[in-house]
Amino acid sequence: MAAPFDLNDDDVVAIIGTGAGGGVLANELAQKGVRVVALEAGARHEPQDFINDEWDSFGQLAWLDPRTTSGDWRVAKDFSGLPAWIVKSVGGTTQHWAGASLRFQDHEWKAATTYGTVQGASLLDWPIDAAEMDPWYTKAEDKLNVTRTGDRPGLPGNNNYLVFEAGAKALGYKDVHTGRMAINSDDKRDRPMCQQTGFCFQGCKWGAKWSAGYVDIPQGEATGNLEVRTQSHASRILHNAAGKVTGVEYFDTDGNLQMQKARIVCVAGNSFESPRLLLNSASSMFPDGLANSSGQVGRNYMRHMTGSVYAVFDKPVRMWRGTTMAGIIQDEARHDPSRGFVGGYELETLSLGLPFMAAFLDPGAWGREFTTALDHYQNMAGMWIVGEDMPQETNRVTLNHDVMDSYGLPVVNVHFDDHPNDIAMRNHAYKQGQAVYEAVGATRTFPTPPYPSTHNLGTNRMSENARDGVVNKWGQTHDIANLFVSDGSQFTTGAAENPTLTIVAIAIRQADHIAREMSGQKI
Amino acid sequence: MMSDTSSLKGLTRRQVLSRATSAGASFVIGAGFLAASNGAWAIETGVLRPETMATLVQMARDIYPHDQVADEYYVLAVKGYDTPEAAEGIETGIATLNAAARNKGHANYLSIGWERARVDILRGMEDGTFFQRIRGGLVTGLYNQKAVWPIFGYEGASFEQGGYIARGFNDINWL
Ligand SMILES: Cc1cc2nc3c(=O)[nH]c(=O)nc-3n(C[C@H](O)[C@H](O)[C@H](O)COP(=O)(O)OP(=O)(O)OC[C@H]3O[C@@H](n4cnc5c(N)ncnc54)[C@H](O)[C@@H]3O)c2cc1C
Ligand code: SF4
Repeated sequence: MAAPFDLNDDDVVAIIGTGAGGGVLANELAQKGVRVVALEAGARHEPQDFINDEWDSFGQLAWLDPRTTSGDWRVAKDFSGLPAWIVKSVGGTTQHWAGASLRFQDHEWKAATTYGTVQGASLLDWPIDAAEMDPWYTKAEDKLNVTRTGDRPGLPGNNNYLVFEAGAKALGYKDVHTGRMAINSDDKRDRPMCQQTGFCFQGCKWGAKWSAGYVDIPQGEATGNLEVRTQSHASRILHNAAGKVTGVEYFDTDGNLQMQKARIVCVAGNSFESPRLLLNSASSMFPDGLANSSGQVGRNYMRHMTGSVYAVFDKPVRMWRGTTMAGIIQDEARHDPSRGFVGGYELETLSLGLPFMAAFLDPGAWGREFTTALDHYQNMAGMWIVGEDMPQETNRVTLNHDVMDSYGLPVVNVHFDDHPNDIAMRNHAYKQGQAVYEAVGATRTFPTPPYPSTHNLGTNRMSENARDGVVNKWGQTHDIANLFVSDGSQFTTGAAENPTLTIVAIAIRQADHIAREMSGQKI
Repeated sequence: MMSDTSSLKGLTRRQVLSRATSAGASFVIGAGFLAASNGAWAIETGVLRPETMATLVQMARDIYPHDQVADEYYVLAVKGYDTPEAAEGIETGIATLNAAARNKGHANYLSIGWERARVDILRGMEDGTFFQRIRGGLVTGLYNQKAVWPIFGYEGASFEQGGYIARGFNDINWL
């Protein structure tokens, strides 16, 4: 039921990207009767198309266009051309996210106030708070069928979780459970319940896990108000002499340049492509790129403080069976500077298959120290660390004019240096994670370095004052009233929690705002 | 037995050995072929010299040694370098490796008896492009072979079998 809109129809809302932010916004607007054209660089992949094979799935879904890296993060050395592991597909990275869906803790909306001055960090309070977000979080949890919220039961724990839970309890942790997951835990929903297949990162072939790609997008299309143009890569946002945006130039499926006129443009290409598009849209009127009078576009890139801990036991675990992220320890998520850092972190189980374990356990390592770890792959358990990292002005996405993509557009360079707070927090988390496994008899533990970024945040941040950020509390750019940012790049700070529930809640709220402003003829 | 053994298929160990020009501890090297000394597998080489292929296989095992994984998987992991485009770089790289071995008083890399002595030589070249190319290629070349997975206990795709909901996702019994 696609609704083909004319390229010259200047009353549509054009959305760039159909992931957590863009896909949800597209559906929510369509439900309210707003006509939407969504441009998506990737193709459509339905649950039956997903592949239970790590590298084949990577080839099918990952964003593989060139990018470059710099800075002291280890990713720049081990994966210099792959700063992030994110998706190019209808549904964006929600196609292969794990599904962990946590609300921010109240104080995390006010990081600058709560943490005080942190040397070298560009901390800022969000212009919104927990009370304001509460109803939007509830709507997001209902949309995603998040377990342990509403009437939805928790998922059962798999082997990886049972080891993790036993260790956590032995250590005295209290807030330990099978997570709040956007995965159906019973048969009462519109989609099947989790069959414990264990390939959540490769796309859920059952459709038990929520994805914007096969949930929100078809819902939006069914209204007749949403047209999704796949394999359509937005290259430039155009504006008029009055400084209002007028449409989007994009390369269509056949590589031909097209122009879609629009009343409003919403950018939701994830935290590298969104600032890239704003910067690549520079004009004589906006020489530093669109919405960049503050100079903040591309800055304050955050990726969460991450790392993993794997452990080998003397008996089998078979961690790959069942949900990839099967449980959580939340006791360390609090803000407690007595640990030597501000902010907190979550510990969440994680499992990689043998092919990815070989690539990510200790990138670049070789010889028996490394291979004896893999020899005991069956006896391994694993967890991922995700904590708040400090925004820094110099951690930033810039255009690299020396490297062009297949359309001849400059790619992004991603620069990242760890902040001392990030390092202190990571070391604390490694120690605690290793202790969890040692408490249940691990014979060897591995403090594993961060993978290419899966959480990419902050490069068009939200701010009260126009000089401090790119968008206001509605995701509307401070500079251009009919230009919005609708993805994770809006994040003012990262909080300790996985970001997607918050991206979705903000997108639902933004849809409400845009529809209201449109009907009031304010934009 | 490997897939591309065409003309060598069906030969007995003695027949393979009779065609050999040299034989080391684990390989039999002949004109245009390389075989396991126990006859478990054999491959024909194309543009690479069979000695080069044998050295490459040993190097692969020394980089990612798994004693329970047979040579044939390492052979498969590096067989892709036996092409006209790749051959020159590989021959040069292996020549450098052998030169390093000679510097330490050995005849060549393959002739070194202890893994530790071979690893010492590899350590000396681990930042070089040749070593990194071989190591990087092995990460997928070796560990992404589906036939290798069961050796490590990894079960691979599970959707076709209905996931693990009824197949032991929570069957741990030792906690
Ligand atoms: C392996 C993995 C596991 C994860 N697990 C979790 C988890 O458990 N919990 C959690 O909260 N988060 C998780 N995440 C993170 C989560 O997926 C992302 O935070 C979220 O999807 C980001 O939403 P987004 O809208 O910013 O971008 P995306 O979802 O990445 O969507 C961006 C879309 O824009 C498209 N696009 C980009 N540029 C253009 C262009 N120029 N023209 C047209 N289209 C364009 C892309 O193709 C893509 O489809 C995980 C991520 C990964 C990689
Ligand atoms: S474990 Fe559950 S959610 Fe994950 S892919 Fe399998 S069925 Fe889907």
